Amino acid sequence: METAIKNTKTFFFAILLNIIKYATLLLFGFACVLPLVSCFITALKTEEEYKSTNVMTLPENFFNFDNFVKAFTTANMGRAFLNSLIVMLVVLVISVIVGTQLAFVLTRFTFPGNTLIRNLYLFASLLPSVAMQVTVYNIMSSLGFVNHLYGYIIMMCGTDVISIYIFIQFMENISVSLDESAIIDGASYWKIYWQILLPLLKPAVITACILKGVGVYNEYYCANLYLQNKNLHTVATSLYTFVGPMGSQYNLICAGVIISFLPALIVFLLCQKQIYSGITAGAVKG
Amino acid sequence: MTDVTITQPRRNFWRTRKGQQIAITLLFLVVPLTLLVVFTYFPFAEMVKFSFYKMKYTTPVEKRVYVGLRNYVDVFKREDCFGALKLSVYYMVGALLQLVIALYFATILSFKVKGGNLFKGLMFFPYLINGIAIGFIFKFFYTRGFVLDTVLMWLGASQENLPYWLKDQSVNNWSLVATSVWRYFGQNMVLFIGAIMSVDDSLYEAAALDGANKWQMFKHIILPSIKTIVTLNIILSITGSLSAFEQPYVITSGANGTGTYFVIMNEIAHTSQKVGLASAMAVVLLLIIFACTILQKLFFTYIFRDANSEDESYKAKRARIKAEKLQRKELKKAGKGGARA
Repeated sequence: METAIKNTKTFFFAILLNIIKYATLLLFGFACVLPLVSCFITALKTEEEYKSTNVMTLPENFFNFDNFVKAFTTANMGRAFLNSLIVMLVVLVISVIVGTQLAFVLTRFTFPGNTLIRNLYLFASLLPSVAMQVTVYNIMSSLGFVNHLYGYIIMMCGTDVISIYIFIQFMENISVSLDESAIIDGASYWKIYWQILLPLLKPAVITACILKGVGVYNEYYCANLYLQNKNLHTVATSLYTFVGPMGSQYNLICAGVIISFLPALIVFLLCQKQIYSGITAGAVKG
Repeated sequence: MTDVTITQPRRNFWRTRKGQQIAITLLFLVVPLTLLVVFTYFPFAEMVKFSFYKMKYTTPVEKRVYVGLRNYVDVFKREDCFGALKLSVYYMVGALLQLVIALYFATILSFKVKGGNLFKGLMFFPYLINGIAIGFIFKFFYTRGFVLDTVLMWLGASQENLPYWLKDQSVNNWSLVATSVWRYFGQNMVLFIGAIMSVDDSLYEAAALDGANKWQMFKHIILPSIKTIVTLNIILSITGSLSAFEQPYVITSGANGTGTYFVIMNEIAHTSQKVGLASAMAVVLLLIIFACTILQKLFFTYIFRDANSEDESYKAKRARIKAEKLQRKELKKAGKGGARA
């Protein structure tokens, strides 16, 4: 009898827990999409519709993509996508090569300064980027890097600690006996790095590229500081076009905003797993 | 004749293993170290130097005025500089809240839930949106009579009772903090899910067999397994709150009392061009951050002094790697000796 009561009690308790669980999930899920959904609704509205209806009223025509076209052309987003693409590709290639080479030297060779270099990178990760730009700006302008895509690209390659950590961590887990057998076969160190270790680092490279790629694509502070010329806008900074005279045309702005994060959404939908594991791997470094 | 004798051994040296190692080390270090020096350490040194000068970016070197510690005095004296650090408290509260929410959903979503992947995706995606887009989305979201107000009115609130979310000084900082939580809690959640997933499934089964309830499972299995990463995130959230920048910068541009320390510093540096003062501000905050980091490191090692299972496995791993390295070295020696012989 008593166990029966206890059972029904735990049964109701379990149901209650389940209700709380799903209620909170729905509530927060709703809170997470609400800003984005409202943006989407507004982006589909015509000028008059936007002015005459409440922001949460559904649009009359769900296939009205005029705002997207207009936002894309006014903010010159075609150019911006091209710039972002160039920046991303070059930065990723350079930082993968430089990062893996650094990790190779640091994990494979013992030399004076090895620990010092590791500590220098550790310390560098503590410096907040915004604070550093106070003086980096000065250096960028004296190097003539301001308002040049290459200047921004070089700077973006330099400020990277997380991917180096990922490479070091991964490289440490590759057995050195592999190198040694290659040495016995007469391979040079370059060959060991290029033909043996780099292919094995592929998962780490993918992880680092995803993290860094998202970071570079979304970077706006330095891009705004160093790429002020309109033709050099990246996707993120091209949205600044909507500041000022167009500041209240939210149907247009929302369309621009959606276009700007559409690539991130597509990449996210295509490789959720890698992104999640990349986030987790990137955090382990401590 | 003499030339040959000099160049000959040199070329040989670069062909030896040792020579090759040195060459590769130099070659592979040149680029990353140059970048590190040019974009991190040189600016860092410059920052310390500039903080003693009164200057603009455009001021030629010879016209910069040395002012000693005056910039530092100003940082502490000016209400808008050091006083702005008070706003960090909002962000600290938000960051802790964010961790609690992330932990809660990570615990739920690590187990079988209907639509679990969908919820995980919805909660994580805001992390992937660029800052400027976030700025526009939330300017729109908080505008009077727009998204938030509409939803609250569906729930029965009346427009007159609702504040101006971004103008009213009693709420605007909370609005910004909420945005920050919205943006980042999903990322924390994914981290925590990763940690929880790494726990051996058999532990839960054993606990279930022993009749442990959900709370006990959370307390005794999940929490210990993610202790490290949670502590790490608490530490990061403190330094992160001190350097809070993005949300006020993109949403309100620091207007109406939302200017955090870095927003003010950014304005002083790039709008007013008081580079000396901005550098002093940066140096002051960096010192505070270092102090916090060191304190937290000490605290961290204190907490984990009693080696828990995770630390043990970590230590075991280190020990194993060390042993392997030693072994290899010995093998190498033996190999070299053998080759020579």
